[in-house]
This record gives sequence, structure tokens and C-alpha cells, in this order.
Amino acid sequence: MYYLFFIVKNLGRKKTRTILTILSILVAFLLFGLLRCLSVAFDAGAEIAGEDRLITINKVTLIQPLPYSYLSKVRALEGVENVTMANWFGGYYQEKKNEFPQFPVDGDTYFDIYKEMYTLPAEQMAAWKSDRVGVVIGRALAQKFNWKVGDRIPLVGMFAQKNGGTTWEFVIKGIYDAKEKRADTGMMFMHYDYFDKSRQFGEGTLGWLIIKVKNPAQADQVASAIDALFVNSFSETKTSSEKDFAKSFAKQFADIGLITTLILSAVFFTMLLVAGNTMAQSFRERIPEVAILKTLGFSDAMVMFLVLAEAFVVVLCGGAAGLAVAAKVIAILSDKFAANLPGLHFSMAILLDGLMAMLLLGLLTGIIPAIQGLRLSIVAALRRR
Amino acid sequence: MSDARQDPIADNEVLVELKSIGKTYKKGKEVVPVLANLNLTIKRGDFLALMGPSGSGKTTLLNLLGGLDSPTSGELIINGEYLDKFSGSQLTEWRARNVGFIFQFYNLMPVLTAEKNVELPLLLTNLTSKERKLHVAAALELVGLADRAKHYPKELSGGQEQRVAIARALVSDPNLLLCDEPTGDLDRTTADEILALMQELNREQQKTIVMVTHDPRAADHAKKIIHLDKGTLVNDIAAGGHHKKSGTGGA
Repeated sequence: MYYLFFIVKNLGRKKTRTILTILSILVAFLLFGLLRCLSVAFDAGAEIAGEDRLITINKVTLIQPLPYSYLSKVRALEGVENVTMANWFGGYYQEKKNEFPQFPVDGDTYFDIYKEMYTLPAEQMAAWKSDRVGVVIGRALAQKFNWKVGDRIPLVGMFAQKNGGTTWEFVIKGIYDAKEKRADTGMMFMHYDYFDKSRQFGEGTLGWLIIKVKNPAQADQVASAIDALFVNSFSETKTSSEKDFAKSFAKQFADIGLITTLILSAVFFTMLLVAGNTMAQSFRERIPEVAILKTLGFSDAMVMFLVLAEAFVVVLCGGAAGLAVAAKVIAILSDKFAANLPGLHFSMAILLDGLMAMLLLGLLTGIIPAIQGLRLSIVAALRRR
Repeated sequence: MSDARQDPIADNEVLVELKSIGKTYKKGKEVVPVLANLNLTIKRGDFLALMGPSGSGKTTLLNLLGGLDSPTSGELIINGEYLDKFSGSQLTEWRARNVGFIFQFYNLMPVLTAEKNVELPLLLTNLTSKERKLHVAAALELVGLADRAKHYPKELSGGQEQRVAIARALVSDPNLLLCDEPTGDLDRTTADEILALMQELNREQQKTIVMVTHDPRAADHAKKIIHLDKGTLVNDIAAGGHHKKSGTGGA
């Protein structure tokens, strides 16, 4: 306790300098917390993607469709347990800013393949299946627009209907929930059959296939077999694991991981210079006092420990406060963006990363003055007095 | 003063023994001799004033006695231990157990109260917090500052600061007190009070004291005065001016 008291007292001798240093570290760790959470949220789709699921898209690009007949051909392949499909709908509710993901799917197989991620009450599933214009929506989406089962939802879609109109009217027949916190409940699923028969162009095609393999260890072989099946056809395919697909899909918008790493590297490098300089200056001002400690019998290692501990206390104070503020901000934002970024939350992993960063920053900022303290010659230091 | 010159401790009880001590420093390629062939014995319970012009080697000798520096040649024996053979870490441990330092500018930690300053050397012992507090209270009582325990150095006068420094030097009950110009920053009246306190510690606590000073009046409070010039002992005088012995030898 005495040592902690001594360290805190030493930090208090230049209050303004200490507070400013702690504040700058606080801002650095606030940024760290926010950006890491954002980065993880963007990667959340890839993180929760199943090892046993594959995605097959058109080899040219995701927006090029595949023939519907591929579904049964893939289902017949060895190693395939189940296959479903989805298509992009690309609609919005009332205003363009109200865009959210909507997919025409085959309800039975889709919810079967994702049964470990989503849950939909059986009676709602039955109600959905019995209504061709019925849809099911996720809990976060329902909360965002305050929708409930039975509501009629007109969506303006990117696909024109056979009558030329682009407004599609749907009825909410069910609300699904996430079994895993990070699973996306901001989506809407409609019947593929209804969508396919009603659209003006592209009938008989689908957007992508989702394949569940019998044995995850053989996922690569199954993927190769699928692509080999359609080689030299009009619509060649590209099959990858769902995890890789989700990652490359997220990177189409921006490589958030790389951006956050670059920003945080710049922030921490600057922080290292600022805090390191402060610690070095603080040590220089107290060289005679350090010499007295050594004169009294404090060992070189003990002096080194005291100087390092001071750096750690400064970094831990600023860092802990920064992460606490980040956690609070993320808690507010995660409610607000539950439908858009379902994986946005301050996790234990981020807290541990933050603690590691604090320890590293403390070590790097304190190590030079600590070594100076270790090597300090009492005789030379007292002569300077 | 005269009674202080009568050593109550047995004459043959030697605490410090310096045999042919030499000390040089390197200044670039040049080797600068500071102490040369110095022989000196200090008895337990002695009170020695070390005088001499600037650069004569007084502080270097004090640093050697305090284990802050090691001799280049010769043997330095304190309380039966050969300090010249000690490593840096051994000297550190030895200092904590055997020496108390008192400086001209007190060198208290400005962020700590008087009692916390005095407690510092006790952190290196195995005493519990409660035991440390008892020792600190006793040391502050001894220097007459029990009522200023909670005060910070900036709230104390120069004389009081030096008393705190003396309490810090005493608190771990060392064999040897080393004082570097302990009254150099004090007015005459306060200086006399501090010197009287040191005499009392020497007389009643049997502390062996070596004091570097430029001030003949301060030196007059010691039992013996040793003069250094250009790194060698010039003479050895009983305080008050009585010449006792010249050259190297016992103090």
C-alpha cells in the first residue's frame, strides 16, 4: 500500500500534466474500444458463419444469377446434406433510407440449415407457408419499425412485377429470434416461389446456393465437386466456405479490419511518444530523489519497478476509463443499430485486448526511464544536486 | 564540549578501518586521483569532523564509507565486513542495514509527510506496518518533531526538515551516521541546535558519526577533526584545536 501511495503522490505533484496525459490515453483507448467493436461487428457474419456451410455463387459475380436447376443437381452430389437458396430483393420501406436486407428463400430448407442460429415458432412457420405474400422478419427489424405479426408491409423493390409495378405488398406472418447474440435479426424473408413467379425478368434463376455438408472436414472436396459440376457451362460457379464468403462480402464495402488497424497504429504510436516523453520528463525532474532512494538502500530493481509502476498506473487509469466510456457508448449504439450491425457489442475479448494494449503501452512508455533509474549512479546524481 | 571528547566506548573497538585506500576517476582518457594511500581507523561511538578545501576528497571518502562508491585500491573494513570486496547489490543491502545519511539539502521526498519520509528506510525491513509506525514515532520523538509528523517538507522550516532527515537516518538504527555539510543550509542558531542534537545522538545513542563540513564552528562539535588535502590526511586534531596526530593513522 505504501508503494501505491508513493506512486500516486508522485503522479500528483504535476497534476495538470498527469491529468492531460491520462486524458490523452483515455481518448486513445476510447478509440480503441469503439473501432475494435466496429471491426468485430463487421466481421461478425464471418465469425458466426458455419464451418459446415458452403456458398455457391456465379463465378462472374454475385449479382449474376444461377439457374434454378442447379439446386437439385447440387443436392444430388455426394457429401451434401441439404441445400437451400436465396436471392437478393433490394427493396426499401417508404423511403430509400429505410433499406434493410430482404431475401426470397425456400422457407423450409432455409430455416432448417440455419436452425442453430435462428428460431421461428412452428405455428408462425405454418402460417407463413400458407400465405404466398407472407414474410417473416427478425426481432431487431420488428423493433426498429415497430412491426408486429399481421402488419401489411409495402416495399419498393428493385425488381419490377409482371404488371410493371415495383411496389410489393407483404404480410408479416412470423418474427424470428436469434439463438446466438451476434446472429442477424435485421432481415426479412419472403417466399421465393411468389417472388419468382411475380417478377418481370429473371424467372427460373436464383442468387446463390447455401449448402450444408455432411462432414465439415470434406467441405473443400464438396466445394470442388460443385464447381467441377458446372465447369464449361453457361453459368460457371464459385463455391467457398460461408466464412470466406462473408469476409469477402464485407470487404466489398471496406476492409474495416485493415482501416481500424491503421488508425489504431497511428493513435498508439502518437500515444507512445506523448506518454513516453511525459514519463521521461517526470523521471528527469526527480533524478536526485531516485538517487536518495538508492542511497537509503533501495535496490536497482526496486527503483526500476517504481518507475515502471508509475507508467503502468498512468496508462491503466487512462486506459480503463477509455474502455469504460467505449463500453457505455457501444451499449447505446448497439441498441440503436441492432438491425444494421447485430454484432456490435463490447465483448470480453475486446476488454482483454485492451488490457494487453495497456500493459504493452505501460511497458513501452516506462521502460526507458526505468532503465535509466536502474543504471543511475548515486554519486553522479547527487553531485548534480 | 569537553566531555564529548572523552570517548565512553572502549578505545580498542574499531568500527571503520581504511587501509591504503586509493580512489581514482576517469575523465575521458585521463585518470584523476582523488584519494591516495589513505589509512584511517574510526572507533565505535566516535564523532569525526572531516574538513578540507574543495576537491580534497572529503565527499569521496564519505561516499566510500557509506558504500555509495568502491575504492580503486586498498581495503575498506566496516564492522568486520570488507566493503571493497562487495558487489553493487551487496553494497545496497549493506547500506540499508548499516548507514544513515544526512545531507546539506535534507533530500526529503517532497510528496511525503514527515512520518512517511522517515518510514522509507523501514520498507526495506521485515517490519509490519504497525511496527514501522512505532519506530517512526520513536524517531520523530527523538528529534523533537512528534507534533509535526503529518506535515509535508514544504510546511517545515529548514531546521525541522533537517531533523526529519536525521530521524530518517536513525530510524533503522544504523551503526554509522554519515553527514555531508548537515548545517550548510541553516542559520547559525538552527545549525547549533542540529549539531547539539547530533552530539546528543553520539553521546546517548552511541551513534558513530562522520561529518563533512567546511565550517570550523560545526567541526568544533565533533570529538575529532580530520583534515584532508589533495586526497591525503594532513593531520588529526581533537576538536577545539588540540593537535593529536599528523599524517595517516587512527582517529
